[in-house]
Amino acid sequence: MNILVCVKQVPDAKDVRLDPVTNTLAREGVESIMNPFDRHALEEAVAIKEQQGGGKVTVITMGPPQAETVLREALACGADEGVLISDRAFAGADTWATSYTLARAVKTLGQFDLILCGKQAIDGDTAQVGPGLACRLRLPFATCVQKTRKISAEAIEVERMMDDGFDVLRLPLPALITVVKDINEPRVASLKGKMKAKKAEIRKLSAADIGASHQCIGLAGSPTQVVRVFSPEPRGDRKIFSGSVAEQVDQLVECLRAHL
Amino acid sequence: MDYFFTEQQQMIIDTAREITKEKIIPIRAELDEKNQFPRSILQDIAKADLFSIFVPEEYGGFGGGCYEIVLAMEELARGCVGVATSFAASALGIFPVLISGTDEQKKKYLPDIASGSRWAAFGLTEANAGSDASGIKTTAVQDGEEWVLNGTKQWITNGGEAQIYSIVALTDPNRGARGASIFIVEDGDPGFSYGKKEDKMGIRSSSTRELILKDCRIPLDRLVGKRGTGFITVMKTLDISRPGIASLGIGLAQAALDEAVIYAKQRVQFGKPIISFQAVQHMLADMAIQLEAGRALVYAAARHIDGNPKDMSKASSMCKVFATDMAMKVTTDAVQVLGGYGYMKEYPVEKMMRDAKILQIYEGTNQIQRNVIGQELNKEYS
Repeated sequence: MNILVCVKQVPDAKDVRLDPVTNTLAREGVESIMNPFDRHALEEAVAIKEQQGGGKVTVITMGPPQAETVLREALACGADEGVLISDRAFAGADTWATSYTLARAVKTLGQFDLILCGKQAIDGDTAQVGPGLACRLRLPFATCVQKTRKISAEAIEVERMMDDGFDVLRLPLPALITVVKDINEPRVASLKGKMKAKKAEIRKLSAADIGASHQCIGLAGSPTQVVRVFSPEPRGDRKIFSGSVAEQVDQLVECLRAHL
Repeated sequence: MDYFFTEQQQMIIDTAREITKEKIIPIRAELDEKNQFPRSILQDIAKADLFSIFVPEEYGGFGGGCYEIVLAMEELARGCVGVATSFAASALGIFPVLISGTDEQKKKYLPDIASGSRWAAFGLTEANAGSDASGIKTTAVQDGEEWVLNGTKQWITNGGEAQIYSIVALTDPNRGARGASIFIVEDGDPGFSYGKKEDKMGIRSSSTRELILKDCRIPLDRLVGKRGTGFITVMKTLDISRPGIASLGIGLAQAALDEAVIYAKQRVQFGKPIISFQAVQHMLADMAIQLEAGRALVYAAARHIDGNPKDMSKASSMCKVFATDMAMKVTTDAVQVLGGYGYMKEYPVEKMMRDAKILQIYEGTNQIQRNVIGQELNKEYS
């Protein structure tokens, strides 16, 4: 089975700053990590490959040259090949331009049976790129997958996490799924994996390599504009009652009366 | 301090550190409370190839030495000494094969140890043979094509969890120090079973159990090294393994210092963080000084041993004594810095203090280590 995993290098959530001029995330000088949801997507891909007793896991990322680090990390955790989609022209891409770019790259790389993405990236938090990529590739997709139940050459059966339980979905392959953290426990990269990753060659694709149209990529191809970024107003005083249910109800009624 | 690790050593440290952060720390309190063996963590350690670091490359390992083991164990001990002890005991259990085993024995056991698919344990101690190892009563008698073992081993780390056991037994009870031999006993061998599981003060996630050998029959090729050389192999094994125990003290003391400093910066009394008070600062400073001195000694001893010198024992014993006495002191002081909170199970330092105590006792009490050092000094100056 030929599996593709999309990963993103994100600033470590402990240290997030915004560029005051562009209102986009300041990435300079901030420690970067692999988006945590993507680690789970990668683990699932490697686990599926191991279960099937063969196949190939390719990992792609779109980003600046230093995003190569997350690809090496993925190789250390069991991926077979890493592809960096990098070009100055991609800078400033929103989810629309990103999904277009990724779709072009996937078409350039060839056929995949299954594409896995993290549910969302912890920097932008949009959860749009996975579904966007599926739509551009005209693939069936399921988001927020918490378990892959069965997988054959023709189809995959998954559990999609919902607020009050889960849906069981069967998707014909090729398909795309985005995963939540409950799906697995990512492994720690092995020593052998790290040695292999250090020496591995990372394939690089530019805008020209993937035949991207210039008005569709980067800032020019991005209809989304961040107008203003702000912290939400505090929601005012909150009060938590304690005691038995009856006591809490009494306290609540009293409190509401006082505000009438 | 920068110890100028090689790229491979740094890789080992980073990998063990990640295991500690992601797999050990989140569940260490629960394992401690439930007395539960950390099987899933050992599997994670195996997947990360850490069991392979001390196995030669020709048997599927990473080809590291004592220094590499020390670096990995220090990081694991920062998370939990119980888990790190279980890891260490597997190394200890297979060292006799590494030191004295035949090529066939190495081929049979080392690849599984390297991959972490099987774990080992070391069976020396008995009810009446602790510090005086020569007092063992377990016997091995040859009967045709088999050895027949009888006896009971006590307080065996990884007992009941490991699949491969190095058992020290008397083959010629009248020959004194030349009367013992080492045998590999495997889980499932006829006549081999497990007895009482101990309920301990600390390192509660590790398994400490009795091994019962009752007419236990094993093939002749399970003898490790020549008949009668058991104690020589035991001494070499312990010389190589003791810096590992020392490194558990280093990792543990580092964890305790980390907790103490972080707490002292946050805890406000008399209107100031308590780290601004000299009484607290000096305690933290002494902890840091002792810790760094211990670390430097352990690393130096490990590098010395990796040079395969004749005089391993003194360096090995010195680092074990210093680092583990230091760990007891530093963890006790960490509890003191945290005050009442330090005494509560909500904070990790009370567990660290309980875990520290065993380090001064097992793999040769610190009194026995001082005997070794004293005897070596006596020899050196004669």
